[in-house]
Amino acid sequence: PLRFLSTSSARQGPQVCVVGAGPAGFYVTQHLVKTLPDANVDIYEKLPVPFGLVRFGVAPDHPEVKNVINTFTKTAQNPRVRFVGNVSLGKDLSLQELQRLYHAVILTYGAEHDKSLGIPGEDLENILSARRFVGWYNGQPGDENLNPDLSTDTVAVLGQGNVALDVARVLLAPIDYLKSTDITAHALEALSKSQVKRVMLIGRRGPVQAAFTIKELREMLKMEGCKSVFQQDDFKGVQEFLPSVARPRKRLTELLAQAALDPKAEWLEAWKTAERSFEPIFYRSPAAFLPSSSKAGTVGAIKLAVTELHGEMSETQGVKNTGAFEDVKCGLVLRSIGYKGLPADPDIPFDSKSGVVINSKGKVKGLPGVYCGGWLGTGPVGVIVNTMGNAFELGRLIEGDIKDGTINATTARPGYMEAAKILDNKGVQTVSFKDWEKIDQEEQNRGKAIDKPREKIISVSEMLKVAAN
Amino acid sequence: TSARLMSQEETISVTFIRADGKKISAKGKEGDSLLDVVVNKEVDLDGFGACEGTLTCSTCHVILSKEVYASLARPTDEELDMLDLAFDLTDTSRLGCQITLTKELDGLEVNVPASVNGARQ
Ligand SMILES: Cc1cc2nc3c(=O)[nH]c(=O)nc-3n(C[C@H](O)[C@H](O)[C@H](O)COP(=O)(O)OP(=O)(O)OC[C@H]3O[C@@H](n4cnc5c(N)ncnc54)[C@H](O)[C@@H]3O)c2cc1C
Ligand code: FES
Repeated sequence: PLRFLSTSSARQGPQVCVVGAGPAGFYVTQHLVKTLPDANVDIYEKLPVPFGLVRFGVAPDHPEVKNVINTFTKTAQNPRVRFVGNVSLGKDLSLQELQRLYHAVILTYGAEHDKSLGIPGEDLENILSARRFVGWYNGQPGDENLNPDLSTDTVAVLGQGNVALDVARVLLAPIDYLKSTDITAHALEALSKSQVKRVMLIGRRGPVQAAFTIKELREMLKMEGCKSVFQQDDFKGVQEFLPSVARPRKRLTELLAQAALDPKAEWLEAWKTAERSFEPIFYRSPAAFLPSSSKAGTVGAIKLAVTELHGEMSETQGVKNTGAFEDVKCGLVLRSIGYKGLPADPDIPFDSKSGVVINSKGKVKGLPGVYCGGWLGTGPVGVIVNTMGNAFELGRLIEGDIKDGTINATTARPGYMEAAKILDNKGVQTVSFKDWEKIDQEEQNRGKAIDKPREKIISVSEMLKVAAN
Repeated sequence: TSARLMSQEETISVTFIRADGKKISAKGKEGDSLLDVVVNKEVDLDGFGACEGTLTCSTCHVILSKEVYASLARPTDEELDMLDLAFDLTDTSRLGCQITLTKELDGLEVNVPASVNGARQ
C-alpha cells in the first residue's frame, strides 16, 4: 500500500519500460533519462539481482571488467529510473500488458540458451554447455548443481571464442589465483580437487579465423604453471598471409604464430616446469562423441572430422571436411559453439533459427512502440563495448521516435502504478534497487569473512529473504 | 614545495572533439590521465572510460595528431591489445586512460570517435 502512495503522483511524460537488466538495458536507460528530461524508465529483471552477464558471465578473475557496474548503479539511482527485480516477462507480466502500460517497451533480455551440435552421443554424461559451466562458477541460479566431473585429466572445449578461453583459463589456473576472486565456493572446492592437466580448444578452422581476442590469448601464454602447445603444421602459410591483413587480426595472428613457431624465451622458460597445458587444436570438427570404456554412460572420446579451408586465405574463409577422421580422448566436454535467445512471450516475433527477435535496427517487426537491443537483437556477438554501442544507438532511435511523435507519448500511461497492482495480485515479491543493495552488502560481508571480494548468494529464495529483511 | 604546489594546479588544457563536431575543453593537472580529466570535469562523452582506467574496455579511445602521437612513449602491448577492440581504430589511436598530462601537452586536441560519444547513426 505504501508503494502506491509513493508512486501515485500521476506519471507525466514518456513512460518507458526495459526488460532485462544487463548492459543493453542499463545503457539504453542511461541514454533515455539523459536525453528525455521527463521520461520514466522502469527496468524489469527476471532475477532478484541486476547486471546480467556482467555478474554471471564475466570471468571471476577479470574484476576490472565489472567496473561498468558503477555506471549502471548511478543510472539505477536516478529518481526517474526504477529497477524491479524478480519479475519475468512471459510469466509475471505479458508483452501485451507492458504495451498497454507503457509508451515504449524495450526488450533486452539477452540470449542465454546454448546451441547444441546435434551429433551422435551428445547425451553422454559430462558433455556440458560451456555457458552453464560459467554459470556454475559464477553463481547463476540453476547452474549450481551442474557437478562437472573434474576427475579426468583431459578436457575438450569445443569452440574458440572468448567464452571457450574463459573456461579453459579457469580450468587451468593455479587454485591460489582463483581463491581471491568472487568465484563460487562450490566451484572453488571442486576445482581445488581437479585432476585436469590438459585443455584442448577445438576449432573447425585455422589460426587466422580464431575468434578469441588477443588479451585473452596473451593471458594464457603467460599463465603460471601452464604451457601452450600448438601444432606447427597448422601455421602453414600464416606468416605469408600476415603482411596483407590489418589490425586487429594482424596482431592476434602474429602473437599466435609467435607462440606456435618461435616462442619468447621467457615463455619457454616458464613452460619447462609447467604441469598443465593449453592446446588449441585447429582444423577439426566434432563428428560424434564416444562413450568411455571405464565409466559407462560418460564421454570418453570425440570423433573429430579433419577439415580444410578452401579459397584464398582470409578471416572468413570457408571450410570443408577432408573425409579423414581422428579420435581424441577426453573425459569432459564443454560446448561453446554459440548461443541463442528464445521468445520470452508468445507475442514476440522471433527468428528461431538465428535466435533473435525479428527487428529492423531495433524496431520489433509488426509491434509499434516495441524495441529490442543487446544480444537479444544483435545475436550473441561481441563484448560489452559492442553491446554499449548498440544500446546507445537504440536509445537515439527511441529518443527520436518520442520527440518526433512516432510514439505518441502525450496521453498519460500508468506505467509502474498499474504493473505494481498486477504483480501484487499475483503475489510476486519485487526487488527494488535498495533491496539489491542489501543483497550486495550481504554478499560482500560473506566474502570478507573468507578473504574474497564477495561470496555470491545463489538461491533465488535466499536472495529474496535477504531483500525482504 | 612550490614545485609540488605548481603540479597541483589545473593548468593543462585539453580539448575533446566529438564526432558530432562539438568541442569540449577542460583543464587537468600534471600527472592526470585524459580519463581523469573526463571524470573530474564531467566531460559529456557517453560511455567513456567504462572500465575506469583498468585497461579492459577500449571505451576511452582517442585519436591524436601524428605529431602528438609520435611525441609520446610507445603504448604497451596490453594497451594495443585493448585498442584492437576499439571502433574506428587509426594509426594514431590511443587509450585515454593511458595518456598522462604533461606541460608539453597543454593545448592538446583529441578526437573522440563516434561510437563512444553518440554520433554514429
Ligand atoms: C561467459 C561470458 C563471458 C563474457 N565475458 C565478457 C568480458 O569479459 N568482457 C566483455 O566485454 N564482455 C563479455 N561478455 C559479453 C557480454 O556479457 C555481453 O556483451 C553483454 O552482457 C550483453 O548484454 P545484454 O544486456 O544484451 O544481455 P545480458 O547481459 O544477458 O542481460 C540480459 C538480462 O535479461 C534478464 N532476463 C532474461 N530473461 C528475462 C525475462 N523473461 N524477463 C526479464 N528479464 C529477463 C537476464 O536475467 C539478464 O539479467 C561475456 C559473455 C559471456 C556469455
Ligand atoms: S577506461 Fe577502459 S581501457 Fe581505458
